[in-house]
Amino acid sequence: MHPLRLTVNGKPHDLEIDPRVSLLDLLRENLSMTGSKKGCDHGQCGACTVIVNGRRINSCLSLAVTHEGDDVTTIEGTADGEALSPLQAAFVKHDAFQCGYCTPGQICSATALLDELKRGEPSVVTKEKVELVDEEIRERMSGNLCRCGAYNNIVDAILEVAEART
Amino acid sequence: MRPFSYSRVADDKAAVAAAGAQNAKFLGGGTNLVDLMKHEIERPETLVDVSRLPHEEIEQTESGLRIGAAVTNSALAADAVVREKYPLLSTALLSGATQQLRNRATTGGNFLQRTRCQYFYDTQRACNKREPGSGCDAIGGLNRFHAILGASENCIAVHPSDMAVAMVALGADAETVLPQGGVRTIPADALHRLPGDTPHIDHQLAQGELITHVVLHKAPQYQMYRKVRDRSSYAFAVVSIGIAFDLLEGHFMKIRIAFGGVAHKPWRAARAEEVLEGKAPSRALFEEAADAELAEAKGQGDNDFKIPLMRRLIVASLTEMTSAQEKAA
Repeated sequence: MHPLRLTVNGKPHDLEIDPRVSLLDLLRENLSMTGSKKGCDHGQCGACTVIVNGRRINSCLSLAVTHEGDDVTTIEGTADGEALSPLQAAFVKHDAFQCGYCTPGQICSATALLDELKRGEPSVVTKEKVELVDEEIRERMSGNLCRCGAYNNIVDAILEVAEART
Repeated sequence: MRPFSYSRVADDKAAVAAAGAQNAKFLGGGTNLVDLMKHEIERPETLVDVSRLPHEEIEQTESGLRIGAAVTNSALAADAVVREKYPLLSTALLSGATQQLRNRATTGGNFLQRTRCQYFYDTQRACNKREPGSGCDAIGGLNRFHAILGASENCIAVHPSDMAVAMVALGADAETVLPQGGVRTIPADALHRLPGDTPHIDHQLAQGELITHVVLHKAPQYQMYRKVRDRSSYAFAVVSIGIAFDLLEGHFMKIRIAFGGVAHKPWRAARAEEVLEGKAPSRALFEEAADAELAEAKGQGDNDFKIPLMRRLIVASLTEMTSAQEKAA
């Protein structure tokens, strides 16, 4: 067992864990925060996406023990009490999900994406400067699968919030 | 996942010392290694976490850049100097994986990722890379994604990295620390090996040898990375190409070409380079270079299409790069 201290959604935790535990399993099983979802458990679907120190990652592919001192944000930490985050509200408005299983990962991913856009970070489809177009959002969200196929509405929801921010 | 002991080290010396343990592995971002450990394809008894070693800087040198091995793929791709001077590298990085993976994957680790051959992943099937001596079910199996160059009767797997192809095309060097002390520099195109009769060994690094930096030299004037894949995002290359050169009075100088998706390693197209070096661009020359490089290419059945596809990719990429130059002139 290894000692681990990290912060999840602003709350510090002091734990003892098996080094085999993934960050996803730590969140779901040890901390009972089941918002982050286990889809493929192999980094292919994005349902487990969380934000660590401001960057989105697949929590299923990350050993929890490597996150000593890190600051983790999950879907449970994106709303302000009962007030939805702008992205959450946009997902509701645009009907950007059906079953909802991929949605926590989609929203964590998109939350970090907005910061990447703000920092002017490129994607492979970026020419000189980032433009807020469908293609740019689709490329940047390609790590989040939606088996219901709500992609058109997901892109609309993210674009609306991104445009409001610029 | 099998049990293992975990340690986080503070410096290179401690890292290589810890990695001397039985069946030890370095852990960087873990995006490939942790996945393989879940499948119990990788079964390290000791994991040495090197992700927090002080190798997270990208330093400017007199002629290029020195990149810390712990720099993430996303940070490297977004770096202003990399985007401006080494667009080949930035494009290659951004065309691989997803932002979530690139945020964890490291420069050193990307080189050392393992093949995505489905027979390597499927523990019910024969694979000489996974279990030496067990055979290769990819030969005669579903081998659409497999090698056309440098394969052996023991293994037809391909190296999956986009970044490594760019590093070979840019003539980068990897700096390592050796377990017995001392350092060495390995050219990117000498880091990986062909399968031969030991396909379980991917690269030239010794047990416990740690990549600490990657050095880029003077930026070539013309650079391109092109990737052909089955879907437009988040897919490994069917084939890819990295090309870098200077032009001196309309003639190719210091041209370097590397292919992805065709071999057990990022494939340095030395024969094509030899045809092109010092010559003036023309379509006939590009075709001659492609034919020289692919003379010994061999399909496995499902992947026969890669040979004409690679040939067209070489000719089309060189044509695009040099016609832009004609327009500018």
